[in-house]
Amino acid sequence: MSSSRRFIPALVVLVLLAVLPQLPVPPFWITLLNNIGIASLVAIGLVLLTGVGGLTSFGQAAFCGFGAYTTAVLTTAYGFSPWMTLPLSLAVGALIALPLGLITVRLSGHFLPLGTLAWGIALYYLFGQIDLLGRHDGIAGIPPLSIGDYRFMSGSSIYYVIWTFVILTALAAQNLLDSRVGRAIRALRGGGQAPEAFGVNVARAKLTVFVLAGVTAALAGWLYAHMQRAINPTPFSISMGIEYLLMAVIGGAGYVWGAIFGASLVLVLKELLQRLLPDLIGTTANFEMIVFGALLVVILQFARDGLWPVVLRFFPSKSSHRIRGDAPALGKREAPSPGTPLIRVEKARKTFGGLVAVNDVSFEVKAGQIVGLIGPNGAGKSTTFDLITGMNSLSGGQILFEGKPLTGRSPRDIARQGVARTFQHPKILPGMSVLENVALGAHQRGTGGVLQSILRLERTEEAALMAEAMRQLERVGLAEFKDRPAGDLALGQVRILEIARALALDPVVLLLDEPAAGLRYGEKQELAALLKKLRGEGMSILLVEHDMSFVMGLVDHLVVLDFGTRIADGKPQEVRENPAVIAAYLGGTA
Amino acid sequence: MDFTIAAFLIQDGLTSGAIYALLGLALVLVFSVTRVIFIPQGEFVAYGAMTLSLLDSGKFPATATLLLVFGVLAFLLDLWDNRARLNAPVLLRNVGLNLVLPGVIYTLALVLAPMQAGPFVKALLTIVIIAPMGLYIYRIAYKPLADASVLVLLIVSVGVHLAMMGLGLVFFGAEGLRARPLSTGSFSLGFLPISAQSLWIYGSTIAIIVGLYLFFEKTLLGKALRATAVNRLGARLVGVRTQLTGVTAFVLAATVGAISGILIGPITTIYYDTGFIIGLKGFVAAIIGGLASFPITAIAAIGVGIVESFTSFYASAFKEIIVFSLIIPVLIWLSITVSVHEDE
Amino acid sequence: MSDRLLRVENLHVSYGKAEVLHGISLAMKPGSIVAVIGANGAGKTTMLNAIMGLIPSRGSIEYDGAPVPRSIEARVAAGLCLVPEKRELFSSMSVEDNIMLGGFLRSPSERAEIQADVYQRFPRLAERRKQLAGTLSGGERQMLALARALMSKPRLLLLDEPSLGLAPKIVIDILNIVAELRNTGVSILLVEQNARAALEIADEGYLVELGEVRKSGPAAELAVDPALMEGYLGRNA
Repeated sequence: MSSSRRFIPALVVLVLLAVLPQLPVPPFWITLLNNIGIASLVAIGLVLLTGVGGLTSFGQAAFCGFGAYTTAVLTTAYGFSPWMTLPLSLAVGALIALPLGLITVRLSGHFLPLGTLAWGIALYYLFGQIDLLGRHDGIAGIPPLSIGDYRFMSGSSIYYVIWTFVILTALAAQNLLDSRVGRAIRALRGGGQAPEAFGVNVARAKLTVFVLAGVTAALAGWLYAHMQRAINPTPFSISMGIEYLLMAVIGGAGYVWGAIFGASLVLVLKELLQRLLPDLIGTTANFEMIVFGALLVVILQFARDGLWPVVLRFFPSKSSHRIRGDAPALGKREAPSPGTPLIRVEKARKTFGGLVAVNDVSFEVKAGQIVGLIGPNGAGKSTTFDLITGMNSLSGGQILFEGKPLTGRSPRDIARQGVARTFQHPKILPGMSVLENVALGAHQRGTGGVLQSILRLERTEEAALMAEAMRQLERVGLAEFKDRPAGDLALGQVRILEIARALALDPVVLLLDEPAAGLRYGEKQELAALLKKLRGEGMSILLVEHDMSFVMGLVDHLVVLDFGTRIADGKPQEVRENPAVIAAYLGGTA
Repeated sequence: MDFTIAAFLIQDGLTSGAIYALLGLALVLVFSVTRVIFIPQGEFVAYGAMTLSLLDSGKFPATATLLLVFGVLAFLLDLWDNRARLNAPVLLRNVGLNLVLPGVIYTLALVLAPMQAGPFVKALLTIVIIAPMGLYIYRIAYKPLADASVLVLLIVSVGVHLAMMGLGLVFFGAEGLRARPLSTGSFSLGFLPISAQSLWIYGSTIAIIVGLYLFFEKTLLGKALRATAVNRLGARLVGVRTQLTGVTAFVLAATVGAISGILIGPITTIYYDTGFIIGLKGFVAAIIGGLASFPITAIAAIGVGIVESFTSFYASAFKEIIVFSLIIPVLIWLSITVSVHEDE
Repeated sequence: MSDRLLRVENLHVSYGKAEVLHGISLAMKPGSIVAVIGANGAGKTTMLNAIMGLIPSRGSIEYDGAPVPRSIEARVAAGLCLVPEKRELFSSMSVEDNIMLGGFLRSPSERAEIQADVYQRFPRLAERRKQLAGTLSGGERQMLALARALMSKPRLLLLDEPSLGLAPKIVIDILNIVAELRNTGVSILLVEQNARAALEIADEGYLVELGEVRKSGPAAELAVDPALMEGYLGRNA
C-alpha cells in the first residue's frame, strides 16, 4: 500500500514517538500524548463506523465507559488483575454494542445518529446512578497495569502501553479495510440495498462495524481506567461523544491514520485554547467549545473529507495492487449445457395500487442466449427486471430459475444462485480502486472473517479473490485501469466495470439493466462486442434496453413490452417490422 | 396512588410537555423544510430565557451584542459571495438586512433595558432580539451547505450547538438565571393550585399551534414551505427559492424558541447549557413523530412531560435515563416498520 | 423583442467526468412549438434541465435576446417554465394548493385572474379542487402539472415527455391541449418519445442522438425522414 515517500515520514514519526518520553519533555506533554492516544482509539473506531461505513454515532463515549467501569469494578471489588480484565472489558463493549446495534443500524440515515445521541445521554446518567459503579463519585484505587514487578505508574511508562495499542489497533483497522470484510463495510457507503445484489449482507456488515467501533472504544476505556486509576461518569458523557466525532470528522472520516491526526489536532488545540483564551478574555471557562463548533462548521463547508487528505497531498503515493501469480483459483459453478432453460418468467404480474405495471408477462432465457427485453419508457421493463432480481415482489405468476421458483427470495440469495446483475444508474464505489470494486462481486465466493482479516490469516483467499477480480477485468478489457479509483472512469467504462463485477460472482446468467443508456456510439459498439464475446464463452444474458438499435444486431431473441404487456417477441428482424412495435415506439397510428 | 398527587404531577407534566411540544414542532418544521436536524434549537430557548431575566434586572442583554456579531458575520459572507456582482441593490439589501436591522434592535435594547418596562414589552423585546438570529444562523452555517446530506447537516448542527452554547457561556456566564413570571399570582381549580405562568404556557402553546396551522394552511408562504417539504424540486420549479423557505423556517424556529424561553425562564433556573437538554427532550418527541408529523410530535411531547414529571416524583434519580430511554422502543418500532428500502 | 425567443448555442453538459451533451444548438421563434425527439439516453431531458438551470452547463443560452437569468426563480419570473418528466407535484397537498403555488411569483390579482382561466381550461381539475394531488389518475396529474405551469404565466413552456405513461387516448388529449396553448401565445419546447404525435403538432423538429443534434427541420419533413426511423429502431443491421 505505502510507497517510499510515505514510508520515510511514517518511520520518522514512529521513531519520534518511541524516543519522546526519554527526552527532556515536560511531563505535561506526555500526559497530553497519552490522552491523544486514548482518544485516537475511539476515533479509529469512529472512522470505521462513520467514515467508512457511513453510520454516524454520538454515543461512543458510553462504550468507553463500559470498558472503564468493567475493569474498575473487577479490579477493585473482585481483585482481578488488570490484564485479565482486558478481554472482559472488550467483551462487555461488544455485548452492549450488539443489541444496541441490532436496534440502531436498521434505522435509515438520520435516525441512527439521533438514536445514539439518546442512548448516549441515558447511559451517562445511568453510570452516575448505579451504586456498584460508585454513582457520581465513581471508583478510585484502580490498580495500575504491571508486568512482573514492573508497574506502569508514571505517565511516561503507560505511554508505551497506550501507543502500542494505538498502533496495533490502527494496523488492525487498516488490515480489515484491505480485506473481503472491509470491502463489504466500505460498500455500505454506496448506499441502500445495492450491495445486496452483489452478495453483501448489508445488515450484517453494519452490525459488524458497529460492534468493532464499540470494542475499540471499550479498549480506550480500559486503558483510561488504568492510566487515571480513578474514574467517574464525566469522561463518558455525550459531550465527549461529540468531541470524538469531531476528531474523526476533522481528521478525515475515511482515514484510519486521520483518526490519530484528528485526535491530536483537537486535543492540542483544546490545550492551547484553555491556556490562551483566559488571558485573552479574562475569565476561565471552557470557551474552546466556540472554536470547536465553528471549526466543525467551517471544515464541513470547505473540506468535507477532513484534513488528513490535505496532509496526504504532500506525500503523494501510487498504490498498486500486486496480483499473485500463484494464487489458487476459486471454485467455479458448473456451466449449464447450451439450450437448457435458465430463467422462466410465467405470467408475471405486478400491481401498484390499482395500476398494473406488469401484466401477465411470460418469456424465457435459455443457456447461451442473449435475450433483450425492450419497450418504450414506462412499459414495465424495469419492474420486470426488479421482479427477477428480487428487488420487488410478484403480485401473481411465478419466476423460475433452473426450474426452482425465485419467489420470496432476497436479492442476495438470488445472486448466490448465480443470477448477477448490473444497474441502470451504476452503483460503484468511486473512491475504491477498479480492482477492489470488481472484487466486491466475488464477495460470496470467499469466507474470510473479521479476525482472520485483522490477523492477515486470509491472505491466500484474498489473493485468490484479487486474482479472480483481475481475471474478470482482463476479460472485459479494463485491466489497465485496475489501480485507478473507479470514479475516474467514463460512463461507458463504468458500465463495463459493473459487468466485470457481476462476472466475479461466477454467474450462470447476467442481467443487465439498460447497459447502453447514455453511452456514445463507439462505447455502445464496444459494449456490444463484449457481450457477444461473453456469449461466445457460454454466458447467458438478459438485457433490459430501450435502445432498439443497440439490441438489433446483438440479441438472439427479443421480447417487447408496452403498457406492462408483451406485445411481440421473436427474432430481432421480425420484431422490428412488427407494426405494433413501430407504433409503440413512434406513437401515432396504432 | 394519591389522586391529588397524580393531578399535581399531571399538571406539572402538561406544563413542561407544552414547552417540549413547542420545541418539537420547531424541530419538525425546520427538518421538513430544510432537512436540517436542528440540535441548537434548545440554545434559542436558553438565550430567550436569559435575555428576559437580564432585562428583568434592568441589565443590557448580551444577546443583542451577539445579534450584532452574527449580523456582521453574515454581512461579510454576503459581501464575499457577491464579490463578482456587487451592485447597489445587492449591497443595499445586504447592509439593510445584516447591519441596519441588528443595529436598530441593538439600539432598541440599549434604550429599553434600563427603563424597566412592563413584562410584555420585555418579552416582546426578547423575541425581537432572538428571532433574527435564525436568519443569521441559517446564512452563516447552513446556506453554503444547501446540497449536503442530512448527516453532514446534522454534524454541522452539532457544531452550531457547541458554538452557540459556548457563546452563551461567554455572554451570560456560568451562573444560572431565573426570570420573573409574566404575571404573578395563582388561582385554584378545586384543590389544585394553578399558577398564572402555567396558564401563560398553555395559552401560548395553543396559540402558537393554531398560528402555525393557519400559517401553513392559509398563507401562500406557508404553503410554499409545505410544498418545499413535500417536493423540493417541484417547489423550485414554481419559483420558490430554497433560501426563502430556509430562512423562514429558521426565523420561525428561533421565534418559537424565544417564546419557549420566555415561558420557561420564570419556572426553572436556566444555565447556559440548559437549552441542550431541554431541546433534546423536544427531539424525543419529534423522533416519535418521525420528524414529520406535527400532531404526533405535540402529543408525544405532552407524554414526555408527563413521564418526566411522574419519574421525577417516584424515581427522581432516574428521570433523565427514563426520558431518553423512551426513544429506544420507538426506534425498535421504527426499525421494524420502516421498510429497509427507504434510504436517502 | 427578438425574433428568436430561445437560442441555445453549443450546449455542453457533463455529469462528473462523463459528458452527455456534446454541443447542442437550437433556436425557436416566439409562438412556435418545437419538438425534440430521440431515443432514451439521447440527452433530451438533460437539455431541458440545463435550459431551466437545474444543472450546470457550458455554452450559451439566450432567452428573449439576452442571456438567460442566473437563478431558477429569475427564469420562472422571466416566463420560462419546466414541466418535468416526473411532474413533481405536491402530492400530499390539494389540487387547488398545487395550482395556487404555480403562481407563487405572481401578484394576488394576477393569480386570481389566471386561476379562473386555468380552471376553465381544465374543468376536470375544477371538479377535483379539494382532492389531494397524489390521488389523481395519471392523465389528471399531467393536466395538473400543465395547469400549475400555466399559473406562472409562462412565455416558454418546456415540456418533458408529457405523454409518458399515459394511455394512447389520453396522450391525444394532452397533446391537443398543448397545441391549443400555442394559440394563446405560449411557445413550447416539447420533448417527446411519441415522435409522430409530437411532430404532428410541432412547427419544427430536432432529432437528438447521443447528445448531439442529428437532424433538424420543419416538423412535417422530419416526420417522414428515414433518419427518424433509424434513430428509434436502429440502423439496418
